[in-house]
Amino acid sequence: MSKMNEADVRAEVRAWLAANWDPEMSLVAWRNELVDSGWGMPQWPEKWHGRGLPVGLVRAVEEEFANVGAVGVARSGVRLLAAATLLEHGTDRQKEKYLRRILTGEDTWCQLFSEPGSGSDLAGATTRADLHGDFWLINGQKVWTTSAHHANYGLLLARTDWDAPKHEGMSYFVIEIRQPGVDVQPLKQMNGHASFNQVFFTDAQVPTDSLVGRVGEGWKIAMTTLAHERRGADGLNVPTRKGARAGRMYEEERRELETANQPYKWYPQRAGRVDLILDRAKETGANKDLHIRQEIAKLMILAKSAEWTARRARAAQQQGRPQGPEGSLGKLAASHVARACARVHTLMTGTDALLSGPESPRNGIIAEILISVPAISIAGGTDEIQRNIISERVLDLPKEPRFDTGPFRNVRRN
Amino acid sequence: MQFAFTDEQEEFRAATRRFLQEKSPTTEVRRLMETSEGYDADTWRQLSDQLALPGIHIAEQYGGGGFGMVEMCIVTEEMGRALLCAPYFSTAVLATNAILNAGTDAQKANVLPDLASGKRLATLAVTELNGQWNPHAIELVATPDGNGFRLQGTKSYVVDGHVADLLVVAGRIGGTSGDDGLALFTVRADASGVERRLLPSMDPTRKLARVDFRGVHADLLGSGTDGAKALTRTLDQAAVALANEMVGGAQTLFDSAVNYTKLRVQFGRTIGSFQAIKHKCADMLLEMELAKSAAYYAAQAAAAEDPEWPALACLAKASASEMYLHLAIETIQIHGGIGFTWDNDTHLWFKRAKSSEVFLGEPYYHRELLMQRWGV
Repeated sequence: MSKMNEADVRAEVRAWLAANWDPEMSLVAWRNELVDSGWGMPQWPEKWHGRGLPVGLVRAVEEEFANVGAVGVARSGVRLLAAATLLEHGTDRQKEKYLRRILTGEDTWCQLFSEPGSGSDLAGATTRADLHGDFWLINGQKVWTTSAHHANYGLLLARTDWDAPKHEGMSYFVIEIRQPGVDVQPLKQMNGHASFNQVFFTDAQVPTDSLVGRVGEGWKIAMTTLAHERRGADGLNVPTRKGARAGRMYEEERRELETANQPYKWYPQRAGRVDLILDRAKETGANKDLHIRQEIAKLMILAKSAEWTARRARAAQQQGRPQGPEGSLGKLAASHVARACARVHTLMTGTDALLSGPESPRNGIIAEILISVPAISIAGGTDEIQRNIISERVLDLPKEPRFDTGPFRNVRRN
Repeated sequence: MQFAFTDEQEEFRAATRRFLQEKSPTTEVRRLMETSEGYDADTWRQLSDQLALPGIHIAEQYGGGGFGMVEMCIVTEEMGRALLCAPYFSTAVLATNAILNAGTDAQKANVLPDLASGKRLATLAVTELNGQWNPHAIELVATPDGNGFRLQGTKSYVVDGHVADLLVVAGRIGGTSGDDGLALFTVRADASGVERRLLPSMDPTRKLARVDFRGVHADLLGSGTDGAKALTRTLDQAAVALANEMVGGAQTLFDSAVNYTKLRVQFGRTIGSFQAIKHKCADMLLEMELAKSAAYYAAQAAAAEDPEWPALACLAKASASEMYLHLAIETIQIHGGIGFTWDNDTHLWFKRAKSSEVFLGEPYYHRELLMQRWGV
């Protein structure tokens, strides 16, 4: 298979789609066929629902799917992060049990890493897993857990050894969410939305065969999950569909996405909606104010430059060149853009910025932007952590002196 | 649009960088900035003969290398990095582009081969005593006279105007305003009625001159009807080239700042281990890479004649200006007391950053022009 060239791949996938694609099938039935064919995750190994294709050929498969409007495997939420982690570190039994239902979309997953006492310092987790015969007992609390309220499974990072240094005393588990001892509570944000949950564990049970990797390898495996998260996972991406969109399957897929995206409904405000800026300038007359024009221009320069910087990094990757420093800067740049955007929206909105809801400009969207933006510099790794990463990994500056080596039991913490 | 340089462009960059590293160490920059010519004739001959840099973007039929904006901007970026003291921006970027944009085939064939080979130096005279880069501010009067024109007026802030052999001069027909009546002219620097004076300047690595024209004989460049368009296009190309020069200079500053944080010890630690310094460096990197993306993108857009490129020229110039000066200030800050001494090299780039901020128009001017060109 690895010797196939792009034309062969295109011909084969086109023929397979011609023979099998039918938008009137049920979503799950279609995805089961897709999983069997290997076209859903073509870069995965053949043994595990893939075709072992080089990553460079995935784009061709995506385009063929897009040409006929075919639906791909389920990829929203944490599903593909779980799949990629299990593919790399899971046992065969775990892969058998979980991978197919991840790809068909029958199971939904969440990521149980962050805790109230360990946000930026993720390795400071204190949720504990204690071995009792053939199961582990879980006690503690996780937070910032997206989609926990409709997930079946969670990727759990828990402390199994309090006498080992902090990064070596953790283990990685798959935990069933809908079981006694697991309590999921929505966490309301300052903008009124609840995008995340708190998850409380009180003697919740995890069977020993749900341990991923070995005891004490939790941090290493969590890094795999986070690396896939930064890459945006790697599933079949079918962005623009041509052709008819009518059919039972599209309807089912639309409902699936609606549920999956419901926690993200405040995310359109995340980047501060730079796309609205020029329209708003004309709408409010701010385009006639020489001072505000300057501020708008500064913001647009920042936003455009951030977009081009991300594209430079992608272009380098596609050419097989190492990404330069531009690859590490995206999150920090997005945070600057969001803040600058909120400032300019306020300048243009004037006193109307006092209002919220349907009375406020653009039916509440502007008000949402203004009260959602502070979260951007914190969620997904604070600006400060991004700066540490950039200075230590890109610029090779020395690490901060640490006081949390030694047994975790003795480390000062919240 | 391209978001990456080709392998050939990367090789060209590497060769240019090697040459400039060898020819323009800071000892040489310091020597040349004290001279009135401001450049080394041997180095200029070598960069012309060995690397053919002055004609890189001139068509082969006129003696050039046949490349375009992207290659020219690679050259300016590398020259900015090395702070090369040479009449490249004046001759290759300003004058050559003006002739390419406005000249007739015969004029190009007549003038460009000597500029491409580095035999003659040239510059473009736009700004006058009011210091404005907006072509509408031009007042120098051109009066038809026989088969040519007579120029009357004064140009100032003319880069390398004191050493150029050929002056490309922007003037207007008497009684016109705005874009109307604007035209470009060529004048031999030794023509009668030309008076040139080197201006003492804040950035001694970029020499500026005042040039008086007292009834000087001049030849019209091109047919005359498109003067404003050719001039604007030339200034936009120069803005893109300058943006690239600035990101090159900023990279040198940034590298020196980061290296210094790894060497300098205070409170028993290298200062690079303090978050206050690490975060400053991370912010500097972000700012620089953003400006770099804008400069590269504008060069690619200009090379591809993307209709948006004149707006992007303003965007890149405004972005690079603020970034370069800010990085220079922060680089001095990171160096501490030594940073503002004459012995430390940082001030050489600081001064270039300051002069580049103003040269071809300040950030405020370019942001306003950007908004106009975007139709906001």
